Amino acid sequence: MAATGTAARLPYVSVALVSAAALGYEILLMRLFSIIQWHHFAYMMISLALLGYGASGTFIALTRDTLLKCFNPAYWLNLVLFGLSAVACYLAAQQIPFNPEEVLWDWRQPVHLLTIYLLLSLPFFFAANAIVLALTRYRQKISLIYAADLLGAGLGSLGIVLLLFIVFPDVALKIIGAVGIVAALIAARELRMPRWPWQGMALAGTVLLLALPARWLEPQVSPYKGLSQTLRIAGTQIIDRRASPLGVLTLLESTATPLRHAPGLSLFASAPIPDQLALFTDADALTAINHNPQQLPLDYLEQLTSALPYYLAKPARVLILGTGGGAGVQQALNHDVPLIDAVELNPQLIDLVRDDYGAWSGQLYRRAGVRVHIADARGFIRRSDQHYDLIQISPLDAFGASSAGLYVLNESYLYTVEALQDYLARIAPGGYLSLSRWIKLPPRDTLKLFATAVRSLEASGSTSPGKQLVLIRGWQTSTLLVKNGEFTPGEISALRAFCKARAFDLAWYPGMPASEANRVNILEQATFFQAARALTRHDDTFTNRYKFDINPATDNRPYFFHFFKWNVLPEILSLRGQGGLPLLEAGYLVLVATLVQALVISVIFILLPLVALRRQHDTPADISRIRVVVFFFAVGLAFLFMEIAFMQKFILFLHHPLYAMATVLATFLIFAGLGSAWTTRWQQRGEPLSRHAGKVVAAIALIGIAYTFLLGPLFDSLMSLPLAFRVLISILLLAPLAFYMGMPFPLGLARVGACSPALVPWAWGINGCASVLSAVMATLLAIQFGFTVVILSAVLLYLLAAWTFP
Amino acid sequence: MKHRFGYCSIAVFVVGLAVPVAGHTRDLYEDARMAMVEEIEADVRQTSLALDKEALDPRVMDAMASVPRHRLVPDELLDVAYENRPLPIGHGQTISQPYIVAIMTDLLNITPASRVLEVGTGSGYQAAILAELAEQVYTIEIIEPLGMLARDNLEKLGYDNIEVRIGDGYHGWQEHAPFDAIVVTAAASHIPPPLIGQLKAGGRMIIPVGSRFMVQQLVLVAKDTEGNVTTRQILPVRFVPLTGSH
Repeated sequence: MAATGTAARLPYVSVALVSAAALGYEILLMRLFSIIQWHHFAYMMISLALLGYGASGTFIALTRDTLLKCFNPAYWLNLVLFGLSAVACYLAAQQIPFNPEEVLWDWRQPVHLLTIYLLLSLPFFFAANAIVLALTRYRQKISLIYAADLLGAGLGSLGIVLLLFIVFPDVALKIIGAVGIVAALIAARELRMPRWPWQGMALAGTVLLLALPARWLEPQVSPYKGLSQTLRIAGTQIIDRRASPLGVLTLLESTATPLRHAPGLSLFASAPIPDQLALFTDADALTAINHNPQQLPLDYLEQLTSALPYYLAKPARVLILGTGGGAGVQQALNHDVPLIDAVELNPQLIDLVRDDYGAWSGQLYRRAGVRVHIADARGFIRRSDQHYDLIQISPLDAFGASSAGLYVLNESYLYTVEALQDYLARIAPGGYLSLSRWIKLPPRDTLKLFATAVRSLEASGSTSPGKQLVLIRGWQTSTLLVKNGEFTPGEISALRAFCKARAFDLAWYPGMPASEANRVNILEQATFFQAARALTRHDDTFTNRYKFDINPATDNRPYFFHFFKWNVLPEILSLRGQGGLPLLEAGYLVLVATLVQALVISVIFILLPLVALRRQHDTPADISRIRVVVFFFAVGLAFLFMEIAFMQKFILFLHHPLYAMATVLATFLIFAGLGSAWTTRWQQRGEPLSRHAGKVVAAIALIGIAYTFLLGPLFDSLMSLPLAFRVLISILLLAPLAFYMGMPFPLGLARVGACSPALVPWAWGINGCASVLSAVMATLLAIQFGFTVVILSAVLLYLLAAWTFP
Repeated sequence: MKHRFGYCSIAVFVVGLAVPVAGHTRDLYEDARMAMVEEIEADVRQTSLALDKEALDPRVMDAMASVPRHRLVPDELLDVAYENRPLPIGHGQTISQPYIVAIMTDLLNITPASRVLEVGTGSGYQAAILAELAEQVYTIEIIEPLGMLARDNLEKLGYDNIEVRIGDGYHGWQEHAPFDAIVVTAAASHIPPPLIGQLKAGGRMIIPVGSRFMVQQLVLVAKDTEGNVTTRQILPVRFVPLTGSH
């Protein structure tokens, strides 16, 4: 066993590799859990990774002396354990029958969730052990190791995104595990460890992982997701699969039982539904591809609420945002629309529908007048100079990709006040914006959309928005029309006839009497009409008294799907025993639960061991403990607040959550690393660190505050640039902020290390603890108050940190 | 075999008395079932505003008190068979919360002469409840193993007025149409129009929608004597999003 220290090189390659693999693992877990369960669990992945890191800080603090004596094997072992546990812990977690929906009835479910949480934090614990050990062992070269760590992490965040374009997530998992063990192999060479057993075993481990049958690692999709449900039907089989970071696409055919996807079809419909192929994104978000080789009009599409605009006017230019399987395009073709622009986010989806199954759909996306664009809705609208007679968004049948996968924090820039203004700006005089949605009861999203439309119309200069709006509903779906102009009596009589023939209800049109509301699909109260009437009259009483938050979403607070009001919580909790919690949005529930879980666990695994340590080695400290606690807690919270707020903000600019995540994460990691390395110069020169800390915080505050005001207008003016330029501009904008943000932590640590080394593990632990909490807290804050408040909170926390600099 | 378990509480009472006297074969689950019935009654009282009634039809409650739910759930769920909660029965399917089953059945206004169609047999529990009340129940299940198991279990329980078919329920069961009542427990993206066609004038259809493991929203489709169709949506929880008039 051999630490042949003198000949050994710095293990910076292995550090970079394990750091890259750990970050890749974190992002991959988000993808895998979006497929297996629902994307709400993405928050949990960020939090559990940070728990692993935090717990490792404490563990190393407690065992440092022992581990440093056998650094080489300890370092090697942790790398190997990371690689193996990355795969093994995922496999074990798959065996736990966690069903989030049963959480109310079954006491075992929270235990299952906790077990999964702890299991999956284990690989991060090993990865962090290796990195912290290396940082401790090579203290004199700490800046190099730290730079390798951050650079590796930055590359890892880019690498996993690229990898997911090439392979399925289950294969990516094997590769990440293998990279961990390859890091051990390289470490053995860097540290000049003997070939046997160190290099040989690592090589064997790598081969073993890569040889694992892919079948074992396949995500075990929840039996309650759409894909699993459809596959239960005899004669249904998967005929194609594609994967990219945007989601896993699964195409199904059913030879025995037709699939018949027709959301909200009229009760009076008699037209047959053609044979269909079902396309799922991440095992959910079904969109259908109709069998129509003869290119005939499909009459069943006339029996949906979304057909309404075609019965009020004859649009010549139509834009479908989120075209999916193409039902919206077919609807337009039914009405001989000469120009149809269809926008879709996921290129693989278009490949399937247009190319591979083109014959099935009668070359739907190649029909005369149909133009398909791969783009994000907001980006396309911003770049377009075309005016349309109809812009249609029907997420009933599409935009699955955008709501899945990496839209992890559930934000949606599709339905904000600013988004609707963008759409309205591209609608020709007399044209419509048509928005269809599934109806939730008690009514929520349809009402929020109506409120958003009213606010957008007002912001666009309308004096009587109520005259530009029409809302209809079936028992399952609603369609809202926003007109560029006021609705005419002719349109209103056509509207009445459309609804009467299809058993749809009128929920709002200008001048609608209350007696016409709630006639066919009867609710306890005519809530849709009451809400519409109040909203168009600027009567806030309804919105204030309604138990769901239906205030419009904005670009600063783009949580369209957030309806929760805290003052309703006691009432909802009292319904717990009766299964009344669907009234509480599940995502929010998971988020709050994750925060509580993170708090408890980080205290148990990070802080309590440190209390034990303090009892053992209680040495008088030269600096105030309170200052140390406050400083490191504030810095831990502030860093992730900034990172998460900007990741969200840049989705709007980069038009894609994926690009935003990769760009922002990589920029923050790499430039924070450089900033951190920079501080070593000040330390070496022996300059007073507190003065530097003050300057650094001032710079962060200045940039942070400036960005809250400047980014909006800047994005507006640069949004139509090509992607490469926008990525470059994003990096340039974020780099200085990230550079300065990398400094406070090492400055504080250097100061504590110099004055009171016994407090160093505390500093790590508290910082880790704050990090575990901050990812979830940042999202909760953003949902309640918007990104501006998150960024300003981060600035205040940094100022607090400067004030309490140890 | 609706007579086996009796319609009314007197029969339940008699069975309850007779079995302990006999000293054996007492239905061990009877106490649990009675507790479940009481819980349903309490839930109904609490949600009287949403349901527009203080209590369900006594015949429905008798049926709930009679059907051995534990004989229709997988063995591993025997302990919780009578809890007032939805249960997973395998194949990604669930057996509804008894409270919801009771409300759905009540909303259908079933008489002893009713012919009832059920789309989505699942465990067979809903079909058994319906069979206690109606003349004949036709039920269709698309997942073969589930349908076979339900058919088997219902036969063992002696129900001779339930016909189980394995297949696609979208087109209903034309040869037995029209129906006085239809239950669609298999969620769909829309109400199959053929089912509306097979609903008798004056008949009712009930469809639970939403998450299987929470309280479900119920859609009641009513066809009047002239053939006009309306739907009523009921969320059977004690939660009023906007109180008072506006």
